[in-house]
Amino acid sequence: MSQVVFTKTNMLTDAITHYCPGCGHGIVHRLVAESIEELGMNDRAVGISPVGCAVFAYRYFNCDNQVALHGRAPAVATGIKRVSPEAIVFTYQGDGDLASIGNAEVNHAAARGEKFVTILVNNGIYGMTGGQMAPTTLIGQKATTSPQGRSVERAGFPMKVAEMIATHEGVQFCERVAVNNTANILKAKKAIKKAFQNQVDGKGFNFIEVLSTCPTNWGLDAIESMKWVEEKMIPYYPLGVLKDKDQEAK
Amino acid sequence: MARVLMKGNEAIAEAAVAAGCRYFFGYPITPQNELPEYLSKRMFEVGGYFVQAESEVSAINMVYGAAGAGGRVMTSSSSPGVSLKQEGMSSIACAEIPAVVVNMMRGGPGLGSIQASQADYFQATRGGGHGDYRTLTYAPASIQEACDLMVRAFDKADEYRALCLILGDGMIGQMMEPVEIKASEVKKFDKSWAARGRGDRKHNSIINTLYITHEELTELNERLQAKYKVMEEKEVLVETYNLDSNPEYVLVAYGTVSRICKNGIAKLKEKGINVGMVRPITVWPFPKQAVLDAAKKASVKAMVTVEMSAGQLVEDVELSVKGVKPVELFSRLGALPPTPDEVADFVLALKGRK
Repeated sequence: MSQVVFTKTNMLTDAITHYCPGCGHGIVHRLVAESIEELGMNDRAVGISPVGCAVFAYRYFNCDNQVALHGRAPAVATGIKRVSPEAIVFTYQGDGDLASIGNAEVNHAAARGEKFVTILVNNGIYGMTGGQMAPTTLIGQKATTSPQGRSVERAGFPMKVAEMIATHEGVQFCERVAVNNTANILKAKKAIKKAFQNQVDGKGFNFIEVLSTCPTNWGLDAIESMKWVEEKMIPYYPLGVLKDKDQEAK
Repeated sequence: MARVLMKGNEAIAEAAVAAGCRYFFGYPITPQNELPEYLSKRMFEVGGYFVQAESEVSAINMVYGAAGAGGRVMTSSSSPGVSLKQEGMSSIACAEIPAVVVNMMRGGPGLGSIQASQADYFQATRGGGHGDYRTLTYAPASIQEACDLMVRAFDKADEYRALCLILGDGMIGQMMEPVEIKASEVKKFDKSWAARGRGDRKHNSIINTLYITHEELTELNERLQAKYKVMEEKEVLVETYNLDSNPEYVLVAYGTVSRICKNGIAKLKEKGINVGMVRPITVWPFPKQAVLDAAKKASVKAMVTVEMSAGQLVEDVELSVKGVKPVELFSRLGALPPTPDEVADFVLALKGRK
């Protein structure tokens, strides 16, 4: 008799994703989807798809979805949550979308303490548009708009988004995680699920920054990309909990 | 509700509540501030929600989210703010979700001034943002009419799943007039398409503005244009004035300017000159037929467009008149309304010239 050892979460559709080999989006999608399903929230979930590589997220997450303009997902989520407070709402955004054009929207959602989850997938580059420099591109990192590598003189410093978000009183929970190895993926899952649990419990703004990969635009293979996260990104973007009101209360 | 004296912005806000609007997202800008100020209290009294957004861009995207979740929702702003809202307005039109936007026009371009103007006519009647779309746009001439049109705008937004505009020159927002806001039953519309959590539904609802293949995008645009065609056939609202007096001239004007024109027409009557007027109440769809019918009258020597902009309305008049009669333009620039005497003098000068 055969034994079922693994089933794909029902919160993902059967659509084949368009993500490149070695891209972290597939992992992050699954962690988000599993978290929602484990909390029994599939029928209440509303995802907000961003502009960027995850623009087709509405085809992959098996729940209601609204596709937002570039950077505006937290504003769209605010509108949905007012009309439908019982909905479990999450925005899924890249670093170009959230840290650049959508900086105002995400910071004010955090300051207002909006009761939804924002997932930032930070791969330090504009993926969909073909590898331009992002606010999160590291010093010296090459991009199509920083061909000699990002220089401080020309483009300033990479933005530490999770640290910025954690300054807002309205934030319930803020953590930076990575999906570059099994141990970090398990930690990422725990953080994402906690963020959704907080929303189910009606607790404030929940923000998870996920350090992820872009082999295509980094010019690396999948394994090299995972190493690059470890060796280059994590030292500048340290992992860990930046704000947790539950812990502050203890 | 009894007849009361109210400031335009506040009356429009109350009319929105009477129309069943329960969600308002906005950002301060003069001369429409009394509208969000009023709703920041009133919405909570009726179980709705008011959010002061961090920008006009954010506000319209909140409207998008709320409309996509099935709420009866609006925002209001004034010219520079409405320019910022255009990205979201294009999206709302594309996603075919119902919402109402109020623009209390002020002088432009740029920051311009805070006085009344009609210089956003092109923006309001040609879509406004990027892409091929139109908005059903009402231009009230009194506060009572603004209130009545507010209720209508919400119903039409739901009926067509489209974006409706209330286009007021700043005077409509700032002046006080007696008004009766009629409490009527709020019409119910099927909103099973809304994305607010699947619940018992079998399928997922997706609110989207991305149509990545040209086949999909063509189909969307054809669907939108078919909808706009129906609006052009069914939704034109127009007032004709003094057209059965064998007028020598017919004015075309909307909003507050049309009221100034009526006084100008009275002054001309005293001098023995009959002048009529066509007043578009919807500026899109434009009352082409009514303007053409007026132009075709044997007594009419010329059509005279009166507008507080540099020759925007006059383009629609010319497109409607199709060369049947000359079209003259009295244009007032810089956010100062013309006086009835100035309108009358302009017509007298035309008559003297011929």
